[in-house]
Amino acid sequence: MSINKRVLLLALLFLPLTAAAVPDIQHWQTAAGARVYFVQLKELPIVDVQVAFDAGSARDPNGGEGLAMLTNSLLDEGAGGMDANAVSFEFERLGAQYSADAGYDSGSVSLRSLSDADKLRPALDNLSRVLGEPDFPEEALARQKKRLLVAIQRKQQSPGAVADDAFQSAVYGDHPYASPKEGTADSVRDLQRSDVSAFHDRYYVAANAVVTIVGDLDRRRAEEVADRITQALDTGAAPAPLPEVAGLDAAKTLEVDHPSAQTHILLGQPGIERGDTDYFSLYVGNHVLGGSGLVSRLFKEIRGERGLAYSTYSYFFPRRRSGPFTAAVQTRADQADEALRVLRDNIRRYIQEGPSEKELMAAKKNITGGFPLRIDSNSDILGYVAMIGFYGLPLDYLDTFKDRVEAVTVEQIREAFRRRLDPDHMITVKVGPLNTGDTEK
Amino acid sequence: MKIILKGLLLLIFCPVYAAGVHEYELDNGLKLLIKEDHRAPVVVSQVWYKVGASYEHDGITGVSHVLEHMMFKGTEEYPDGEFSRIIAENGGRENAFTGDDYTAYFQTLEASRLPISFRLEADRMRNLTLSEEEFKKEVQVVMEERRMRTEDKPGSYTYEAAMATAFQTSPYRQPIIGWMADLEAMEIGDLERWYQRWYAPNNAAVVVVGDVDPDRVLSMAKEHFGDLRPETVEAPPHRPEVEQQGIKRVTVKRSAEVAELFMIWKTPVLKTALADGSGTEEWEPYALEVLAGILSGGGSARFARELIRGREVAASANARYGLYDRLDSAFLVNGTPAQGRSAAELEAAIREQIAALQESPVTREELDRVKAQVISSDVYEKDSVFYQAMVLGRLETVGLPWRLADEYVERIDAVTPEQIRQVAEKYFNDDGLTVAELVPLPRDNALPRPQSTQGGAGHVH
Repeated sequence: MSINKRVLLLALLFLPLTAAAVPDIQHWQTAAGARVYFVQLKELPIVDVQVAFDAGSARDPNGGEGLAMLTNSLLDEGAGGMDANAVSFEFERLGAQYSADAGYDSGSVSLRSLSDADKLRPALDNLSRVLGEPDFPEEALARQKKRLLVAIQRKQQSPGAVADDAFQSAVYGDHPYASPKEGTADSVRDLQRSDVSAFHDRYYVAANAVVTIVGDLDRRRAEEVADRITQALDTGAAPAPLPEVAGLDAAKTLEVDHPSAQTHILLGQPGIERGDTDYFSLYVGNHVLGGSGLVSRLFKEIRGERGLAYSTYSYFFPRRRSGPFTAAVQTRADQADEALRVLRDNIRRYIQEGPSEKELMAAKKNITGGFPLRIDSNSDILGYVAMIGFYGLPLDYLDTFKDRVEAVTVEQIREAFRRRLDPDHMITVKVGPLNTGDTEK
Repeated sequence: MKIILKGLLLLIFCPVYAAGVHEYELDNGLKLLIKEDHRAPVVVSQVWYKVGASYEHDGITGVSHVLEHMMFKGTEEYPDGEFSRIIAENGGRENAFTGDDYTAYFQTLEASRLPISFRLEADRMRNLTLSEEEFKKEVQVVMEERRMRTEDKPGSYTYEAAMATAFQTSPYRQPIIGWMADLEAMEIGDLERWYQRWYAPNNAAVVVVGDVDPDRVLSMAKEHFGDLRPETVEAPPHRPEVEQQGIKRVTVKRSAEVAELFMIWKTPVLKTALADGSGTEEWEPYALEVLAGILSGGGSARFARELIRGREVAASANARYGLYDRLDSAFLVNGTPAQGRSAAELEAAIREQIAALQESPVTREELDRVKAQVISSDVYEKDSVFYQAMVLGRLETVGLPWRLADEYVERIDAVTPEQIRQVAEKYFNDDGLTVAELVPLPRDNALPRPQSTQGGAGHVH
């Protein structure tokens, strides 16, 4: 009986995929110059809007680190003469959800609302107030600065956060990506209202905005929505491109003492940009190495075989400029050296040898077979479309995604990994109790 | 392979549109809940077992979660790694989670591949190998997980102490991941017994949401799960919480940078309210749910308005209530003092907020705001097949009818300002309160000093 079922199961592996409808992305510019990306999805009475600006921490001025995040967090702390409580209440009484986020590349705001006009319209009016008419009250600025300082202080108690800051700093050197998004205690303390206001005037402008709209509305209403949101913005201009990221010319190991039970280890170097021609080779290749959860090489070697860690992975995180390639593991401090050795050995071997044909085949099946899962909800689709829009990827990115994954060969992966990663020039960060020998543990 | 911290996934508002659920029970006792959602050619399949940390007893805490890890370690038919390899090759996403009241396994797949999930889940429901060699490695993995989640997170460590203090006899005093000493002492025999005792079709529910035909799913379920042998499943030991008679305080002094405060009031849950003679009205849990929303359900809620802004005494503050817990649990408030403010000041300010709720009814405007959020969340949740399945599985596993999910919006809508005042008065008193404070201890060297070594690092062997 069991043998029969086994055969049945194997047969199922080769069932053809039912075609997943790839969202039809419409694109235009508003009169004010904002780029708009729109997908109509009628199944649920929901509209999602995201407005992203090239206003991430990479735009922080020297010595003013944290400004992008502070500005982003202050948008809804008073706008158009309404105080923070009133702004929040206006969204919440409508059942709308507002959120704001500042990353390395972008500062963005998002709104989820019911699609009924009597809910959506006032929510959008409030959103455009927040984007275009923030008041940046002095008391809100002082309070948000203090909250940011608490967040910065809190990071110091987390070995993972300390490791990440040290890693970004070492990988990026003089590049703006080197600084923590939250800034430092010193830089945040010095930020003034005039800094915030100037940052908003410079970057939160139509020519620097990408509007993504997904949900239950037609093209005509989507155009109205885009106009309504961006009408309050100055036209402005897009900022100059960010500087290129310099490569690393030597390996470097940073050890930071921390009173934690585990040592957090990060290994990596600058990787790739969004839209990079090697993207699919590296993405599929990394899927085998450390990107596929329970079946990746790193997971099997470090966790499955040796029980060294709960979490271990690797990934390329593309940004506007070269985002990092990062491999990570966390383990009990006294076995950190062993974990680091296994991590390094695996990465080195993978760069030299690439995946086996069998591994590549399995990775492709996972990625293409799971393609419908990537776009099975409004919020997933919003995420992809916003990414395509912000980074100017081709509008058929999702349509061609599976074919581009299928086209990757073992040789391409090996070649791309060798060209893009150099195991002799990697940054290693270890955060945990240092074995100083002279202190009692 | 993760832990759900108590109530973490139970957001303040957790409604889901549950109409159109097809419910079946196979001859061997397996529950099957199916809900169609044809927006995308995708299906989520979850197997929920009625076992979790609240079923455990002293000495074997964490065993449900370790067993969850071991469920990925193979059967005779599909040895170690096969399960995950097959799911991955089929484009699936999979994982599992353990809570106080349940252990659940899930796969999300392109819809035609549901039989693969059923076949593999049915196999590991009764045929797990449980090799000692694999266990010895995996329990080390779980200890690493505990170090990462608890030992190295001062807030989580304090929360653990808070729960262990608040609950004296209730199993909710036990951390889901288990005490480190119990993990160290755990043996393969503990897992064998736990598996034998709880992993059976009559102690499980299969929840399927997605692009499926319920009739076909039913016949598929019969084919794969129908022959599994049921087990005599005894109820978990009943050891209710003794009545608390006075405030409890616990202090955790630990290397940290930022203070943290937890306030835990004992509260009944919906399940208790539905039982006869409980002394809890059916509306009370819903009033507590709304009360949590009044306090911390957004940027205009009282904590944001009064504690973060206003008094500027909190850098963050949240309230959480466990409506759907299996046993009477707690209403939790936690927060971080604002810069330059103390945990004592934060506690006093939270107490003022509670007193205000006891003294005067909430305004119509506030209540309408919470209700509008509940109504819209009810629609937003439909954007996730996974979440819809979560709600059904959770209700079923704690022994509540899934139909309660349907009633959620209506029940919330019926809550009045006076009812909120009444539950505030009834449950928020010091005799049932536990306060836990994280007191940060400074480190020897105040700032981390990076030590750099150039070169050579790439050649360590």
